[in-house]
Amino acid sequence: MDWNAIISNGFRSGISQQAIIFALAAIGLNLHFGYTGLLNFGQVAFMAAGAYGVGITTDTFGAPLWVGIIVGLLAGVVLGVLLGFPTLRLRADYLAIVTIAVGEIIRLVVRAAALSDITGGSNGINGFANSFQDWNPFNNDATYGFRLFGRINLEFSGADLWELTVGWSLVLLSVLLVWKLVNSPWGRVLRSIREDEDAATALGKNVFRFKMQSLILGGSFGTLAGIFYAVQQNSVQPDNYATQQTFFALTAAILGGLARVWGPVVGAMMFWVILSLAENILIELIENGIMPDWLMERSQVGPVRFMLVGLTLVLLMVFRPQGVFGDKREIAIDERK
Amino acid sequence: MNASDQGGDSVAGTSENAGIELGRTSGGGGASTIQRDWHNPAIGMFDDVAQVPGSAKPDPILVASEVSRSFGGLRAVDVDHVEIQRGAITALIGPNGAGKTTFFNLLTNFDTPDSGKVSFDGENTTGVRSHELASRGMVRTFQLTKVLAKMSVIDNMKLAGQAQAGESMWRALTNSWREQERGVEERALDVLDEFNMIHMKDEFAGALSGGQRKLLEMARAMMAQPRLIMLDEPMAGVNPALTQSLLGHVKRLRSEGISVVFVEHDMDVVQDISDWVVVMAEGGVIAEGPPGAIGANPAVVDAYLGSSHAALTEEIRSVSDGGSEAAGEPESSAESADQAKQGGDDE
Repeated sequence: MDWNAIISNGFRSGISQQAIIFALAAIGLNLHFGYTGLLNFGQVAFMAAGAYGVGITTDTFGAPLWVGIIVGLLAGVVLGVLLGFPTLRLRADYLAIVTIAVGEIIRLVVRAAALSDITGGSNGINGFANSFQDWNPFNNDATYGFRLFGRINLEFSGADLWELTVGWSLVLLSVLLVWKLVNSPWGRVLRSIREDEDAATALGKNVFRFKMQSLILGGSFGTLAGIFYAVQQNSVQPDNYATQQTFFALTAAILGGLARVWGPVVGAMMFWVILSLAENILIELIENGIMPDWLMERSQVGPVRFMLVGLTLVLLMVFRPQGVFGDKREIAIDERK
Repeated sequence: MNASDQGGDSVAGTSENAGIELGRTSGGGGASTIQRDWHNPAIGMFDDVAQVPGSAKPDPILVASEVSRSFGGLRAVDVDHVEIQRGAITALIGPNGAGKTTFFNLLTNFDTPDSGKVSFDGENTTGVRSHELASRGMVRTFQLTKVLAKMSVIDNMKLAGQAQAGESMWRALTNSWREQERGVEERALDVLDEFNMIHMKDEFAGALSGGQRKLLEMARAMMAQPRLIMLDEPMAGVNPALTQSLLGHVKRLRSEGISVVFVEHDMDVVQDISDWVVVMAEGGVIAEGPPGAIGANPAVVDAYLGSSHAALTEEIRSVSDGGSEAAGEPESSAESADQAKQGGDDE
């Protein structure tokens, strides 16, 4: 068993670009569901809007990358308005139904052959974000980092380090923004809407306006995740924006603890650390002949690691239903209702 | 699991104690602020008012004309004309299914009437959204108490502050609202103090007992600085000691010049605090009058007991030799259960 590699990979996954993407998406979902009680099952639609906003603007229309990023962000806002207007006056379930449908609609539209001139169809759009690495202040040929205890590899290429620096800065800024907002009277109104819309209305709060703001802002974090994903990969692939991405992000938000500012970030890191540890440990067990052949083969590792994440979530719900950061007293109130 | 259960219980335990303590002060201590005899500015206000449905009041704060609302084939509310006097406590009573809660929802724009016109303080409220009406000073409470369970008592109160700059998303990002927030918090603490709830300001509202939730809802409505407060069954499910305390608070509201409308089933409560009683049955207003006279009105007796009430009362008398109180008890609890169901359906 190569524990050095297992630990090194686990650590790298926890701070990887993937963790950044899911942290951003989960920050948005936490604002929606954790603070406002909005059931958004289509966060991936916002991610796709951001990613394709950048891809189409830069590749199809030849605009510079920074213009593409702005267009991507605006696309997310427009999507939020379009989703919110018909649904936010209705019961909470309607938003869930509409968002889950819109997520799939967007994916199917952008991968349609008829639109391949604009969206690249099922091939997506590639090589539009080269200028992102042009802005890289680190040396692409050098490696940065160190080996912990001389064995555990924590070294990164210049390109990786640049992506991680930008990504985690975005996460940090997003967390700061959410922290500032939820601790303001604005955040207090959001929480009151989560608890009881009618009570908030009876106290003179324009519930629709607050829900719309929450939907757009939370969606914008998803959009940011999509933009970062596209730019970092230098590619947009329609099938990366499938429904399960929303639920992975939601899993991360719940793991970390809903309605806690750091919850989604820690949850996203946990999600990827567990996936990585499960994968690497299982592979080591199989390759060293410890895992019997009849029980599991190498090809089964991929799906099984997701089962283990699910198992973690189940165990967490049993033993710590409030998530890592949640408040136990809040769960106690749920039980007495 | 075990641990979280215990946590929940201990929270409930402390709040329960607080409730008992509160009840004791209001029931026993004559010096308690709740038991004070509040000045009643409404005395004499109704002297010249005709005791007929739709009668004109000297200074109405709320006027509803020809308000109707149907659900499918059922005409739930069909009120010709009703005026609510400013500065007084008006009780809205009526048997089950009389349309009281529906009428409440129509007055507060939580529901839209099929036809008719309501004016609040001289301004037409048609098309005004319910939250705007609340900011204009007409604040309501609900039959099924709506405390914000996973927010602290003080946050429940602070939420009700009106015109808060920090409720704008952009200004929330600055610190410009902090000054106002201090004022809001100060006022919230003052109101909590008036309601004897200051010792539980940091508890989750969901950890309060049923009666304390009613108190909190009333305190929260006060925090919104209403001109007219609409209470939908404020005493339902509250123990007698706490009822006295709630009654005291309602009287205090009146002494501060706030107009009160409340729906209630308990006739003792109605007799005790209301200055004027409006009786609804089958969607319409069938009688109005001072609380002392309303019980003798034949239309009211008919509505509550049915027109063949003479035979019915005979029957009740022959079945139970115990007082009318014993017979009234199960009926009223069934009524409130029905009402609760109706409230749920409305939403």
